[in-house]
Amino acid sequence: MINMHTLNTIHLNSGQKIAIKYFSMAVVLFVVQIVFGILAGTQFNNPEFLYQIIDFNVNRMVHINAMIIWLLYGFIGSVYWLIEDEAKTELVGKKLANFGFWVLTIAVLVVVLVFLFIQSGEGSYASIWLINEGREYIEAPRWADIGIVFVMLIFFYNIYATFIKGKWSGIAGVLVLDLAALAGVYLAGMFYSDNISMDQFWWWWVVHLWVEATWEVLVGCIMAWVLMKTINADRRIVTTWLYIEVTLMLGSGILGLGHHYFWIGTPEYWLTIGGFFSALEPIPLVAMLVHALYDSGVKNFKSTNNPALAWLIAHAFGNFFGAGVWGFFQTLPQINLYTHGTQWTASHGHLAFFGAYATINIAMFYMAIQVWRGNIHMGSSLIDNGWKWKTSLALLNIGVVGMTIAMLIAGYKQAFIERAVEGSTWSGYFKAQSDPSFLLAMDWRMTFGWIIALGLIILIWDLITIGSHSEMKNNKPKLLST
Amino acid sequence: MIKKDEIIWWASENFWKKSAIFVTGLMTLVLVLLTFDTVNKITAGSKRVPAYTVINNQIDYKYNKTRNMFEPVIGSESPLFGNMLTAEEAEGLINLGKLTIQAKNCMNCHTLLGNGAYYAPDLTKAWLDPGWGAKSVRETLMLNFLMDPENNARTFGTNRKMPNLGLTEAEAKSIIAYLKWMSSIDTNGFPTNFKTIKQ
Ligand code: HEC
Ligand code: HEM
Ligand code: HEM
Ligand SMILES: [Fe+2]
Repeated sequence: MINMHTLNTIHLNSGQKIAIKYFSMAVVLFVVQIVFGILAGTQFNNPEFLYQIIDFNVNRMVHINAMIIWLLYGFIGSVYWLIEDEAKTELVGKKLANFGFWVLTIAVLVVVLVFLFIQSGEGSYASIWLINEGREYIEAPRWADIGIVFVMLIFFYNIYATFIKGKWSGIAGVLVLDLAALAGVYLAGMFYSDNISMDQFWWWWVVHLWVEATWEVLVGCIMAWVLMKTINADRRIVTTWLYIEVTLMLGSGILGLGHHYFWIGTPEYWLTIGGFFSALEPIPLVAMLVHALYDSGVKNFKSTNNPALAWLIAHAFGNFFGAGVWGFFQTLPQINLYTHGTQWTASHGHLAFFGAYATINIAMFYMAIQVWRGNIHMGSSLIDNGWKWKTSLALLNIGVVGMTIAMLIAGYKQAFIERAVEGSTWSGYFKAQSDPSFLLAMDWRMTFGWIIALGLIILIWDLITIGSHSEMKNNKPKLLST
Repeated sequence: MIKKDEIIWWASENFWKKSAIFVTGLMTLVLVLLTFDTVNKITAGSKRVPAYTVINNQIDYKYNKTRNMFEPVIGSESPLFGNMLTAEEAEGLINLGKLTIQAKNCMNCHTLLGNGAYYAPDLTKAWLDPGWGAKSVRETLMLNFLMDPENNARTFGTNRKMPNLGLTEAEAKSIIAYLKWMSSIDTNGFPTNFKTIKQ
């Protein structure tokens, strides 16, 4: 008999064997993100710290790039995790999938080392191709962009061909079209323009159409599947909800792109179009929240994987508040004129990325651990009622919410002093930065940042140990009937 | 289990599938059409985004009553560093400026047009910033600052200094050209109420 409760890939299908590689790398990069977030945040308050050694721009770049990349690793892993179950057949290109993983991982490693040790180059095309593209979130040099597209093509082929060979479903259709769009939109960020208005116009195609269109639909697909798995939700209901979400999300989110076209040189009609459509974006997020809560409520929140379910609920709330509410705050041009490019934006960015996307990936990590250990029960049978997952859940969420509120207060001060009173000059900027409440808020950001770091340590400790023998009551393995 | 024919049409899978396809297609189509128009209107040399030779002229930023917003005002000849540039020369300079701004990763400290990072001042109208004192010394002060921000630091009591990025003089001058050109873009009034350098 297989030794239950120890991590053993024998419990996994071939898609899942690939998935756990992606998940492991995602956790590593999550740690990198938080380490460099702490460095950047510390420098913000103590500018001498690492001055001219690793400057703020380098730390910040690694912080936000590690985030984008770990979330992508998590998403790719999640799709590989569900593919065989959904398509009812084996993954077509196992070797290919492995190859893609290593190409991506080596590329990421090289890019991070170049960011840290070469940092920047002279003003030339070579710098942009080899060192750093210098555009927020997609700083990876052009050679790496091409590598990423190549890996995405492998991934896309694998998913598409597996569904074609096996069983096609509603979720499969949405997923395949969405992945094609997600990869296609990335191409919009892969050319150089000396015109900054043109540059930012296309740059937002990548950034906005990822997080407010294609990524939302992708997590919709993952959520649909996970609800069927964790609480046995009905396929027809889940699929219908997915179509409703796509209708509402893309109906508002595609033209909602206009909320980034208020002030970059683009025509005045974007003030109306962007304001109107982006103001509708919270509607699908409410729908998603209601759907998740209703479905879980119907099943009395009973599940065999409590940590995963808890993180899914955190996702539903986080998506609604971080994106829907915090985004809505500043999406009308009359308000955005004052909040644009201030700590308000950072406040929203943190709550939205964490609430909408980090959470659902963490839920998938717990889904994976459960099966990886032999489909064990991760509910009431955990030792000490599973204090580790509960503590890390609490610390991470309190940390991010606390940081978000600190930045909101700072952002309010900055919008008022720098934008409204001082008219955004050099001296006006620093007047806001040295306001006592602004400074206090920035200290609080770091306090909550350290809480996040602690939460992450406990999360990793829990992921490594949850469900092992010593962690179960009476040391007795309790298995799910499969 | 509910049977398929018991579901009302507006709650059916099929209805929402069709609406998802239709709505997505429609919105994408509208976005593509608007993109054609916008790309036209933001090409350098258009009304909103001036040609790069605008750096041969004086640039100001003033409140326009009818539009109810601030807008750039392009004035008489006022060549940068005393050199009138041809269209080709101006484009070359702007191109070097943009490449340097990207290669040195300015946007992970600063915002440009309000996008980027929040560690340092917005550079949208940096060319017009009253911090440069007077127009007669602006070019020299900017050049000195960019080539050695550490020893020309202001920081207004915060001690948050810009690091020395090792710019060459040619790179620094091209950045100044870039900042001058950028201040001529019509940004629908962002930043509002900006107080410009004494004209
Ligand atoms: C590590 C962060 C950092 C990087 C990278 C950086 N800056 Fe700065 N910059 C600052 C800080 C901080 C100030 C304020 C310095 C002071 O007041 O002494 C500043 C000030 C300025 C100013 C004057 C402020 C104003 O409103 O006019 C200009 C112009 C400027 N930087 C341009 C650039 C350009 C161009 C680049 C890229 C080539 C760049 N900076 C890269 C941090 C940075
Ligand atoms: C999960 C989804 C979302 C994520 C991850 C997200 C993330 C972000 C991030 C990181 C930024 C800052 C970009 C930069 O660095 O310049 C931003 C900006 C913005 N977001 Fe979102 N967002 C989401 C959804 C929304 C929604 C639904 C709305 C509106 C209802 C919204 C409104 C805005 C606005 C108006 C800005 C511009 C802020 C500025 O002018 O500085 N966002 N978003
Ligand atoms: C230890 C915890 C963290 C600290 C101290 C921290 C700190 C910072 C700092 C200092 C910045 C730069 C802001 C600026 O430009 O002035 C930043 C940006 C950002 N961080 Fe974090 N961060 C932390 C955790 C996170 C988490 C958990 C997420 C999301 C999953 C996240 C997402 C982002 C994003 C999206 C931006 C760009 C925001 C924007 O441009 O508006 N960070 N962070
Ligand atoms: Fe957006």
